[in-house]
Amino acid sequence: MIRSWFNSGSPWIWLNAAAVSACLIMIAGVLGLIILRGIGHFWPAQVTRFNYQEPDGQQKIIFGEIIDISETPAAAAVISGFQMAESEETLVQYQIKMGNKDITGTDFRWLQERNIEQQDFPADIMVVERREWGNFYGHLVAVKENGKPLASGDNVWPVVQTKIDETLRLYDEINRLEKKEIGAINYQLEQLRLKSRKLELTNKLDAAAKSGIEKEKADLEEQYRQLQTQLKSLYQKIRSASLVAKTDGGAEITIPLAKVVRIYQPNGMNGFQKIGHYFSKLGEFLADDPREANTEGGIFPAIFGTIMMVLIMSVIVTPFGVIAAVYLREYARQGFTTRLIRIAVNNLAGVPSVVYGVFGLGFFVYILGGNIDSLFYPEAAPAPVFGTPGLLWASITLALLTLPVVIVATEEGLARIPKSIREGSLALGATKIETLWRTVLPMASPAIMTGMILAVARAAGEVAPLMMVGVVKLAPTLPLDGNFPFFHLDRKFMHLGFHIYDVGFQSPNVEAARPLVYATALLLVLVIIGLNLAAIIIRNNLREKYRALEG
Amino acid sequence: MSEYSTRNPLPPRSVQANVNAYEKWRLLKDHLARYCVIVGGLGVIVAIVLIFFYLLYIVLPLFASAESTSIAGYDTPEKSLGKTVLLETEEQNEVAARFTENGNVVFFDITSGKTLLSQAIAIPEGTRVTSFAQSSPIDEGGAVYGLSDGRAIAVKQQYKLTYPGNKRQITPSLEYPLGAQPLVIDATGSPLEKLTVKMTADVTTLAAKSGNKISLVSFSKEQSLFAETASINRTATILEDSAENIVNLLIDKDDSHLYLLEREGMLKAYNTGDKTAPKMLYQEKVAEAGRTITNITFLNGDLSLLIGDSAGRISQWTQVKDGLKQLAFKKIRSFQLSDQAVIAIEAEQRRKGFMAFDAEGNAGIFNSTAGRELIKDNFSTSQPVAAALSPRANRIVLETADGKIRVWNINNEHPEVSFKSLWQKVWYESYPKPAYIWQSSSASNDFEPKYSLTPLVFGTLKAAFYAMLVAMPLALMGAIYTAYFMSPRMRQIVKPAIELMGALPTVIIGFLAGLWLAPFVEKHLSGLFSALITLPIAVLLFAFCWQYLPKTVRQKIPEGWDAAILMPVIVIVAWLAFTVSVPLESWLFQGSLRDWFSREFGIGYDQRNALVVGIAMGFAVIPTIFSIAEDAIFSVPKHLTVGSLALGATTWQTMTRVVLLTASPGIFSAIMIGLGRAIGETMIVLMATGNTPVMDFSVFQGLRTLAANVAVEMPESEVDSTHYRVLFLAALVLFMATFVFNTLAEVIRQRLREKYSSL
Repeated sequence: MIRSWFNSGSPWIWLNAAAVSACLIMIAGVLGLIILRGIGHFWPAQVTRFNYQEPDGQQKIIFGEIIDISETPAAAAVISGFQMAESEETLVQYQIKMGNKDITGTDFRWLQERNIEQQDFPADIMVVERREWGNFYGHLVAVKENGKPLASGDNVWPVVQTKIDETLRLYDEINRLEKKEIGAINYQLEQLRLKSRKLELTNKLDAAAKSGIEKEKADLEEQYRQLQTQLKSLYQKIRSASLVAKTDGGAEITIPLAKVVRIYQPNGMNGFQKIGHYFSKLGEFLADDPREANTEGGIFPAIFGTIMMVLIMSVIVTPFGVIAAVYLREYARQGFTTRLIRIAVNNLAGVPSVVYGVFGLGFFVYILGGNIDSLFYPEAAPAPVFGTPGLLWASITLALLTLPVVIVATEEGLARIPKSIREGSLALGATKIETLWRTVLPMASPAIMTGMILAVARAAGEVAPLMMVGVVKLAPTLPLDGNFPFFHLDRKFMHLGFHIYDVGFQSPNVEAARPLVYATALLLVLVIIGLNLAAIIIRNNLREKYRALEG
Repeated sequence: MSEYSTRNPLPPRSVQANVNAYEKWRLLKDHLARYCVIVGGLGVIVAIVLIFFYLLYIVLPLFASAESTSIAGYDTPEKSLGKTVLLETEEQNEVAARFTENGNVVFFDITSGKTLLSQAIAIPEGTRVTSFAQSSPIDEGGAVYGLSDGRAIAVKQQYKLTYPGNKRQITPSLEYPLGAQPLVIDATGSPLEKLTVKMTADVTTLAAKSGNKISLVSFSKEQSLFAETASINRTATILEDSAENIVNLLIDKDDSHLYLLEREGMLKAYNTGDKTAPKMLYQEKVAEAGRTITNITFLNGDLSLLIGDSAGRISQWTQVKDGLKQLAFKKIRSFQLSDQAVIAIEAEQRRKGFMAFDAEGNAGIFNSTAGRELIKDNFSTSQPVAAALSPRANRIVLETADGKIRVWNINNEHPEVSFKSLWQKVWYESYPKPAYIWQSSSASNDFEPKYSLTPLVFGTLKAAFYAMLVAMPLALMGAIYTAYFMSPRMRQIVKPAIELMGALPTVIIGFLAGLWLAPFVEKHLSGLFSALITLPIAVLLFAFCWQYLPKTVRQKIPEGWDAAILMPVIVIVAWLAFTVSVPLESWLFQGSLRDWFSREFGIGYDQRNALVVGIAMGFAVIPTIFSIAEDAIFSVPKHLTVGSLALGATTWQTMTRVVLLTASPGIFSAIMIGLGRAIGETMIVLMATGNTPVMDFSVFQGLRTLAANVAVEMPESEVDSTHYRVLFLAALVLFMATFVFNTLAEVIRQRLREKYSSL
């Protein structure tokens, strides 16, 4: 019976079906994993108070968020060096984030469940997100201003809330002054230096020009001095307030409010407060600059850099891709040349992306960029302008990389347009280019759009070539700002994909950075799946439309 | 349409004359557009060709030979001051120095031969120079004259750079680093016959042969805390060995080894780390039978000796640890210059290269690591007296017996690379045996770069192999089922879903592989294996039972939705396998499977290993293979399958004998493209492996691929350096490999398309 069942071939069909199911489960698993871990990051986790007995018998109180639970079979635990009693079958351990890295030196540790004597969630445990040293966990004791206590005891919590809001406003103001205003002045000073150097190189730096430049420089420096005094007073203000808190070990420490991002008591929050906290963290993630070597804060520069890069890339790749596709479909006689081009297109699609990076670095950056520098920016030498990796070269490199995507999609669209439409146009006396421009291409535009979207999706996820041609882990300035000419193609930029690689693998504190990496990965996956779904929907609509035309 | 008519109105009758012009303009536009489009279309070919040739253009200089161009020739300056014992040039290639046998130093301009400074060393009355030694110019430079009364004078040449009027000017001078008073080497006062010296900033060590003994003397300068002057401490020992036959002495750069060469070609090595008690390490006969040693010098780094013999052969000997961890001196390679005696060997100061001259004026430039002969030429007809290779190894100054000095420029950019050093085993200095090693850079100047691409290619193939092992069965079986057995409605969901999986950025897959999968696999290794074994069995078992279920149940699931019902089965079985494996593992393997592997078979376990890469990269490759193979199977003409079924074949028979056979070229090209992708994949291997360039087949060991290597090292390599070009070569290798796979796949696909259309 089994034999005849095997002979019917049906078990093999089932195995094949199992392969499909396995693929689908893997996809669902990966997406589920990213979504689960990425979404949870912003939710305010409960802070537990453990009454813990250290293996050496010492009693301790420990505050921390439970991050992970691990169960090890007794035999394996013994090998790892744990003392196990006969009756114990597994060793359960909690990984907790206990923060206070400046005091204890580590912000994560493992606790053995069997040594925990008691655990609860006191409502008044406070979490302080700091600009340095990560989170602080403890009890709030007092708020001070200029060293004098402002509040303590029961009314301290509302006071610290108002005080922190005030400090954050000051912080924003300082940030704006430093980044925007002083940044602009520095930029202008640098431009002046380049201008004078350029005049010097062309031997036109006469007394009049010199004095003009000197005067402008003096003006800028005067502005700079004014801003400096303004900043000084702001700094004095922001440094005045501080809070005093008690750690789990009982030590009292003072935290200047200037170094605090937010304070909250997660155990005391109700549902709405938690949702509010969630969205405030999410907003910070999307709109703020990164902090603490990219492991905290937001990823705005990376989002911005990615968008800029794919925009410039689309502008470059679309015309070339469309022209190549038009040539293949409309102009070339099908034969040796088209076969050759198809092979070339396939190879462009198949060449490892890292090779594009190498090519981009050598050819675009050093050869093209180096020549542009020596022709147009002699005054900046020896500092390179375009002769160094930057936004423009990254975009061009990726345009080359995504060219096949656009060609293939456009060609498919062109192939679906019924012949009758071209023939009709030609019969009315239009030239070939008129036919193309006014009938064929407009009809194919959704296909071109599909190609563009797919190209953007590919480019947004590509990292290897970008590491060589312009992406950095932390860009001091965005490629678009208020300084003339506003659009700085020569600048280096940040990128979501590279951010994931860098924070996940190059960061000094991978453990602390991991939730943020998951959140970033989720964002990138959502963007890319969204783009791909859009492309699929457009393509399907297009197919329907032409099926109707043909009918 | 209205837009059309307003933008392009028909010309009114009154301007009929212009119509012609307008028509011409339209035709012109048409032509122009035509050419633009053709150029654009061919541009794609240009792009791929450009990439190839650009990579080639960067790579080719690696294999170019060295070139020499003669730039000057003149009479030896101040010939009357004696025969030259040492020629030397400074960094900028402008000034050369000539040390003569009787204690004069002549500085002269390299290009014109004009004397800049001539200075006599203060040799005490009643003594004369009996020997001379140069300290390695790599550290401090300097030279020592040995005198007939057992004393020696150390001198050092200095070049001061000034820029008067923005022009570089080099002023040479001579100083006595240990004072103008001669230093006592042999206290008994017998003349120093042979001498060697090693000068560093604080310590100067000399070894000298005088009469029948070898003296080892070390002078250390001690700057006292308060006084301006430095005091000099002297430590001296006499080696317990006969010095009768000694013809040459050498001290290495760490000042820890002293080598003595005897007349019959016996080399003795002493450990002089402790200056008061030198210890003999080993002795080795370095001369071949019937030949004598004519020259001996250190290769840059002082780890190996270059030994030239009377028959034109230069051998490289280095100290290695043999099988018993005993120090030994081994010949690791040799070069043949000519059949004449080698009379001078000049080591390069920044690379593992050297230049050798023979008695007839033939000279060759060699590189030791690459085993490469870069140039071999007759540089002079007269016998060479002294030669100098400039610090940057780009200029040679040669003095010959006919009293002339000649100067050449040398263009020798990339001597470290040869076919052998890239692909074959190379015996590196201090290594016990030849090996494949990739180790491209280090902080020190005398590091021997190890550019073997073999471990990287090995890593690439290993990663691709494991990835294909995971991807091929899943993708092909999935494609067969999806294209042929699956219900069309489910196919409409499944195909885009799997293709969407292909759109997932590899950086995310790599990140999950490195930070989630790698620890997971480490912890659940046994679970993974047990799932691998139980899943197919469980699926078959389920399928077997399925047919005995009551019809009413079975009919609820429409045909072609088997994959959907299998999903919960797989999830549950996998979960069970992982859960059961935990107690099973501790029971069967007394601990964990990992420990068991290392205990029983000695297989080590890296957390980020080939298994993790295989799974992660397999995941990334599945959609590529699946999509192309599915297309190929799906577009097999229907009449073939229908015909087969009509003849009484089962669906599975039709599948294997008709459909797969017809679609096999398409499936082959799917595999080729998948393989190309796996070979070139960068981010996943970068993040999911430890990036250690080891050659180990073990699935539990890490690896480093060509692509990851390029990504890691490219940003920090110096433009146009050898390292930079070797990385381009790695990229070129990748390019060519994927080019072959992709072209093959595309050609096969084009053939297949023609075949289908003719069927």
